[in-house]
This record gives sequence, structure tokens and C-alpha cells, in this order.
Amino acid sequence: MAEYQNLFTSVQPVGPLHDGIELPRGDDKRTGTPFLVHLLGRIGNAQIGPVYLGTLGVASLVFGIAAFNIIGFNMLASVDWNPIQLLRQLFWLALEPPPPAYGLSIPPLAQGGWWLIVGFMLTVSILLWWARTYRRARQLGLGTHVAWAFAAAIWLYLVCGFFRPVLMGSWSEAVPFGIFPHLDWVSALSLRYGNLFYNPFHALSIVFLYGSALLFAMHGATILAVGRYGGEREIEQIVDRGTASERAGLFWRWTMGFNATMESIHRWAWWFAVLCPLVGGIGILLTGTVVDNWYLWSAKHHVVPAYPLVSPVVVDPAILGVKP
Amino acid sequence: MINMIKTSLLLTAALLLSGCERPPIETVQTGYRGTGMEQIYNPRTLAKQASLNAAPVAAEAASADGPKARDVYQNVKVLGDLSVGQFNRHMASITEWVAPEAGCAYCHNVQNFADDGKYTKVVARRMIEMTQKVNQDYKAHVAETGVTCYTCHRGNNVPTQVWTVPKDRLYANSLLGDLAGQNMATKAAGLSSLPSDPFSPYLMDAQPIRVNSDTAMTGAGAYANRASTKQAEHIYSLMQHFSSSLGVNCTYCHNTRNFASWEESRPQRVTAWHGIRMARELNNEYIIPLTDQFPANRLGPKGDVAKVNCSTCHQGAYKPLYGAKMAKDFPELQVLAKP
Repeated sequence: MAEYQNLFTSVQPVGPLHDGIELPRGDDKRTGTPFLVHLLGRIGNAQIGPVYLGTLGVASLVFGIAAFNIIGFNMLASVDWNPIQLLRQLFWLALEPPPPAYGLSIPPLAQGGWWLIVGFMLTVSILLWWARTYRRARQLGLGTHVAWAFAAAIWLYLVCGFFRPVLMGSWSEAVPFGIFPHLDWVSALSLRYGNLFYNPFHALSIVFLYGSALLFAMHGATILAVGRYGGEREIEQIVDRGTASERAGLFWRWTMGFNATMESIHRWAWWFAVLCPLVGGIGILLTGTVVDNWYLWSAKHHVVPAYPLVSPVVVDPAILGVKP
Repeated sequence: MINMIKTSLLLTAALLLSGCERPPIETVQTGYRGTGMEQIYNPRTLAKQASLNAAPVAAEAASADGPKARDVYQNVKVLGDLSVGQFNRHMASITEWVAPEAGCAYCHNVQNFADDGKYTKVVARRMIEMTQKVNQDYKAHVAETGVTCYTCHRGNNVPTQVWTVPKDRLYANSLLGDLAGQNMATKAAGLSSLPSDPFSPYLMDAQPIRVNSDTAMTGAGAYANRASTKQAEHIYSLMQHFSSSLGVNCTYCHNTRNFASWEESRPQRVTAWHGIRMARELNNEYIIPLTDQFPANRLGPKGDVAKVNCSTCHQGAYKPLYGAKMAKDFPELQVLAKP
């Protein structure tokens, strides 16, 4: 008889399929008959479904699919309706915001009007999805931590695509919907505003990004390491500290003198992840609205190191009035 | 099973690496340590580049004695001060540089060499003046190295690296799919999705290239810097062109921690600054006015003439022909011909 092991074992515990706990009054029925997928069971839970769609989920999907399709058809049109070219150039294509000349006015459809419509639909879709994560958590009797973490990401999305463009008075400042084009926007924004690496909020954001990766690696490694003592059953370990939890804590106390608790490590992780887009969004919001050149801002606040100039002294030819 | 996994891992690794450039990569430091001021080269690519950018041996100099070309030949408007011997040497050199296959007949009516009937002759005359202009007035860019017809032509009737305004897509006026002048993989934008015509605004028109503020904080009213992020994308594309035309990276001119700073830049940036003005003047004063001379098949999709940019001369080399001093053998190209 197989004993229960952790996910690195080839044994999958299979029990009777079930819908989960009863939902409170007023909730919809869950959709779909659950089934098992062995391969997915190797990386997660083998049971697929049922899902809870509900009003918010359906509305969110409607707006999301509409936005996705408008972007897709604009991309397809931009390669003259050639599906092969759509695939070939997919990473280059985009739906662009209006040109700077339109400011915050409503542009013609072909000149960024579609972008505005898509921006609205996608935002509605995301906000509905946020409401769904909030309400589902509440209906399950959970805290709303997932919803607020998601809200941190939505904050950054709205700063880049809505708050900052509005403060700048131009939709053209917003991010295009496209794979390479949105990356080019990132580079161009940094180039225009004197190097975003000198934006302290950008620096903080990177701290939390890398910090999140580090914490995730430490936590993941610790729990896997005590998996042989049942350490992955975190809830039980929180309620009743067994040998796995003890050892996990001891490992860190011995290696660095201090250890998180079974509960606090998740709080660390949550804050690190949430602060990454939160402070990043503040940095972007200040860019162009308050600070116009981050390098000079940093120089003003004495955080730019000075290096000896190696080249002969170079002077701007424009101020010399040089005639070619 | 294990073998299958191993094979697929190997295949995936090979696929992922297939887009990479094969080493060795050589780094040349050009600035203070820690500033990342360095150039990156692959000697293999460089060797190939060098062979493509070799200058031809100049024809032996001809005697300045004897009657002047303008007194012997008819309709000589430039280079008339040369002796007949020098003039013919020059014509032979041009033939070798520009029309090695078609020969004299590429520009001349061989029944009557003085005839201006072929457009190529009219264009060539103006191009000689252009070459003289560059050597005389743009020493800040071409220094004593100078340029000849070969710098751009390299044995081709039309230089291979020229630009015209890109054509619109088929349904450019439709309600959907505005490309906003970018988001296509073009050579001009270094295969990025940056704006695909960085030339018209900066190497023909004189749109402002500087987008950075010289103050830390945002100004208001008249003190505001109105340069948009979109504008920065255009400049970025133009700079991509500089970079790929010269086979160098950003730090060849700039200290990338502060692109705008001249003090932290290398002197090469001043040379490039003059190059921008040179390309602009050549396009506006010499090339665009010739548009009507060209037959339709020589014009771009929007009917504009083929114009110059950095790669027209540089062709991947930080100095055209890697700085070969070709022009010194052709003193007649050094100063503007007197009318």
C-alpha cells in the first residue's frame, strides 16, 4: 500500500471527486463536472473543476475577450489581414495609443480610438476580476489578501495606462498593447526622463522584486527540505508545530541567527510582492509629472558617483555656435 | 523515457542557443573602469566587415601640364580646371567606382560625350559637387580622410545603403490597424519595433533630437519640456541606426548613465553631431532637388528620391572603409569647383 508522500513522488493520492464546501445563499452553482488529469496531478491537484464563474466572472470575461479581440483584429489589420504575417510579426505588432497631438481628447478610431476603447474594456474586465477575487474569498470565509495583492498590480497598470497619462495631459504617454512595443515604451520612458535607474522608487521596486525571488527561493527550499517530515502541510504545522516546522526554523536560526515563523514568512512574502508594483507605480507616477530628469535629480541629492573623465573634454557643439 | 527526456532537453538547449552569436567576444574598454564605457566586437564578424570595406588602389596620378579640360571638351561645368590627363583619370576612376559594368555609356551619350541627355550625367555632376562640399566644409565630420564617390557607391550605380520613405500598408486608410509608423521589423529600426522611418524627421527635416530636460524637476508653462515619450522612441530608432551603421554600441559616443551629458560623452559624439547636419544638408541641398531628374524606377514607393543616412558611407564600419585615406589621391574632390 502506498503511503502519502510529497510531490516529488510518483504516487498520487486520489479520493472521490467533490465540488468543495457548500456556498452561502445567493451564490451561483459551480460550473462543470470535475475530472482528473494525471499529468497535472504531478505538479498540482489532479482534480480539474468545477469553477465558480458567477456574474462578475462572466462580465469580466466578456469585457476581457472583447478587448483581446479588438487588439487582435487591429494587429491582423495592420499586416493587411494576412494570418501568416500576424503569427510571424506578432511580437512586433501593437495597438498604439493616440499620437501626442490629440492630448486627452477623443481621437478618431484609427488614430488611437481603438486603444482608448480597449483600455476601458480591459480596465473594466480587470476591476471586475478583482471584485470577483474579493467576493469569492469572502464567500469562502477567507481573508482578502489575494484581492489586495492583485490590487497592487492593478495600481501599477493604472498608473502606466491611465493616471500618469491623465496627469501628463496626453493619452500618447500611455503604454501600447503589444509585446515588443510595450518594452520599447519602457526603454523610451527611461531615455526621455533621464534614466529610470536613478529613480529611487524604481530602485525600491527592484529591491522588492529581487527580494521576492529570494524569499520565494528560501521559503520554497525550506519547505521542500522538511517535506520528508511532512513540512509541506503548513496549516497543520502552524497549529501544531511538529518536527518539520521546528527544523525549518532551526535551520535559519543556526545559519543566520534569526528565523521567520510558519505564519510570518508568508507575511514577508506578501509584502515584498505587493510593494514591488506599489512603489514602482509611485516612481512612474512621479516621472514627468514631478521629476523630469532622474539622473539630475539623483545628482542634486548626491547619489551619483563622480568618475574621472578619460576622454578629452567634450563640449556641446550647439552652444559653441559651430558652423559646419 | 530518460533518453527521451535527455534528447528533448538537448534539442531545446540547441534551439535556445541557435539565435546566439558564436564567441569569441572581445571587449575594449574606452572609459573609466566601472562606467561600462566599452566596445564589444566579435573578431570573426570584424574580419568579414574589414574585407567588405577595403578601398581600391587609386589610379596613378596624371600630369597637371597641358591644356585644361574645359578648353578641350565642351559642356564641362565641374572639374574644368583639371588638365586633360587629370580629367580623364578622374572619369576613368568614376567609371570604376560607380559604373564598372556599364562603363562610360552609363552617363554619357557615346556619340556625343558633351550631351546632357542622360539623367545619370546630370546627377553625377551634382554628386561631384556634393563630394567637394563634404570634403571642403564638413572637415568636422570627415576630417582629413575625406570622401570620394567610392565611399558610398562601392562599384554600384546606386549606393546600396540609401533610404526612401517607407510605403504605406495596403489598407492604410482603413478603420483598423494603425501602425503609428512603427511596430514592424525593419532594418532601419534595427529589427526592433521602434519607428521605422527615423530619417525623415531628423536627416531631412530638422526636428529636435534632444528630449532630456536640463533640470531635475518638471517645469511649468514656458519652462516645460514638451518632448513626449513617443518622440524618445523616434530618437531611439535614429540612434539604433547610428549604432548599426557604424558597428558600435551606445557607449561609442555616450556615457549611458546620462545620455544627454556632453562632458561625459566621448569626442566621437561631436563628430556624429556634425554628421547629422551633414546628412541633412546633403539630402536637402543636393539630393532632393534632383528628384525630377530621376526616372520613376529609381524613386521610392512614395515617389521620393533615394537619400543618404549614416550607413550610406559607413556601411557597418566606425569610419567608412575603416579610415582608408582615399580622397587624398583626388585633390580635385577637395574643394568646391568654381562656377
